Amino acid sequence: MTDELAGILEHVDRIAALDLEDVSPTSHVVELENVLRPDRPRPSWPRDVVLAQAPDPVAGAFRVPSPQADA
Amino acid sequence: MGGLLELSVAEAAGRIAAGEVSPAEYLVAWRGAAARDELNAYLWRAEDPVEEGEGPLAGIPVAVKDIFCTEGVPTTAASRILQGYRPPYTAAAVSRLTDAGVSLLGKTNMDEFAMGSSNENSAYGPVLNPWDRGRVPGGSSGGSAAAVAGGLAPCAIGTDTGGSIRQPAALCGIVGLKPTYGAISRYGMIAFASSLDQCGPLTRDVTDAALLLSVLEGRDRCDSTSVGIAGGVRKPSREDLKGLRFAVPSELGGEGVETGVREVFEATLGRIESLGGEVAETPLPHAEHGISAYYLIAPAEASSNLARYDGVRYGTRAPGAGELVEMYEATRAVGFGPEVKRRIMLGTYALSSGYYDAYYGRAQKVRAKIAADFSSAFSAFDFVVTPTSPSVAFNLGEKSGDPLAMYLNDFFTVPMSLAGIPAISIPAGLAEPSGGGPQLPVGFQIAAPAFAEQNLLEAAYALERAIGFDQRPPAADVPQGPPGQSASGDGADA
Repeated sequence: MTDELAGILEHVDRIAALDLEDVSPTSHVVELENVLRPDRPRPSWPRDVVLAQAPDPVAGAFRVPSPQADA
Repeated sequence: MGGLLELSVAEAAGRIAAGEVSPAEYLVAWRGAAARDELNAYLWRAEDPVEEGEGPLAGIPVAVKDIFCTEGVPTTAASRILQGYRPPYTAAAVSRLTDAGVSLLGKTNMDEFAMGSSNENSAYGPVLNPWDRGRVPGGSSGGSAAAVAGGLAPCAIGTDTGGSIRQPAALCGIVGLKPTYGAISRYGMIAFASSLDQCGPLTRDVTDAALLLSVLEGRDRCDSTSVGIAGGVRKPSREDLKGLRFAVPSELGGEGVETGVREVFEATLGRIESLGGEVAETPLPHAEHGISAYYLIAPAEASSNLARYDGVRYGTRAPGAGELVEMYEATRAVGFGPEVKRRIMLGTYALSSGYYDAYYGRAQKVRAKIAADFSSAFSAFDFVVTPTSPSVAFNLGEKSGDPLAMYLNDFFTVPMSLAGIPAISIPAGLAEPSGGGPQLPVGFQIAAPAFAEQNLLEAAYALERAIGFDQRPPAADVPQGPPGQSASGDGADA
């Protein structure tokens, strides 16, 4: 993949030649005004529904291998 | 049954509302059509008992790109890493359709995580173009486009990040609309590049695109960037283009455009003038840098979005890995395809310390310049027009070994995505591929200012009538099975 990535980077490097001195970077393309809603608690997903898609659920939690090889 | 399948969605909805057609009969007819998929367009098809919905689109079935979460229904984004995943909730766009009475017909194949322009990056095999099964349907919403063009669905929805609705619509000879960023909720749409991703319809004609958009658009409390379209969307009815000004970008002209595509594009400009519209060139000086900016910004966002696939909470986990980090690495090595890995690496690099300013930072500034170019063009023009794609559908495998050549397919569609503005592709005619062979569809792209969807649809409708494109893909002589793995027996519906 090294050659492919080098070719892509060579192409995207063309923007290095542009004069962008006084340009502000885009953060959001559509003008939006921030709005706030009342902070009311709502029910969240039941634990068993969320765990149902996990590869290795156990005892109400996501089980993963130990972070240490010898543990 | 054939007669029912010939109706446009608007016609079918009208007949169902008038009691002339039974919604159950219509839905059963389309399920039968979808079941005859020889294009590998579907990854999953509905087989549950037919229920008659209620609402303006009662009885209308829709094919949904497999990037939209659907409760209890397999949702893979055409990736191995989500094989077998059944989301606990449904995407807002799909819910808006089903609230209007629409039935889910099936989930359509796509490039993995919407990364691609040919549909060859699906983990479940490529989609075939119904016009020529040796060619790609475009991507990433290739399954949705092929399903509509191939008579396997009356309409579909897809997502467009840099052209993923418009380019496959063009290559398959149908209508594809990317609305303004923020017109439709992204809630439940599996994220690729969150500042660019937008849902939109793929349909047989402009009226159907307007009909679906009228249901899909709107503010959603689950997506803070969704604002809807003020005033809503109505059925278009304009018959001429008098007083409307169409800009052809001078920088996006000649190079790399197939002769046949250029001829159809120029003939379409002539039709605009014969309908009373004005056509003139205008500069979009930074649009040619769109590909560079896009292939920094989109991978950067993707590298962040795709960090969530770690084999812990959902999807697949690579078996047998020893410790935690090994498990993450093994899961991602096995779960992601080569294009997804390539973009995660590109994006991580573009965001890395020491390169951030040169790549991601500059790309965001180029994006601002491209948006400013469009604003300037729209001060003098109503629309900007280009070919949708530089070529007609290319051969399977023709560009899959050269990622940069594949990226350049998006040359005409990426600038509008970066500017967040709406753009539609309508079929404008047929052209011979540069390498020779039977004629294939050519798309004509029209872009409008942000939230000017109604004007865009009116102009597209008038032009569609004048073009009168009524060709359909030739019937297959020899039924062929889809190449690669058929998802129907391969876990996507597990």
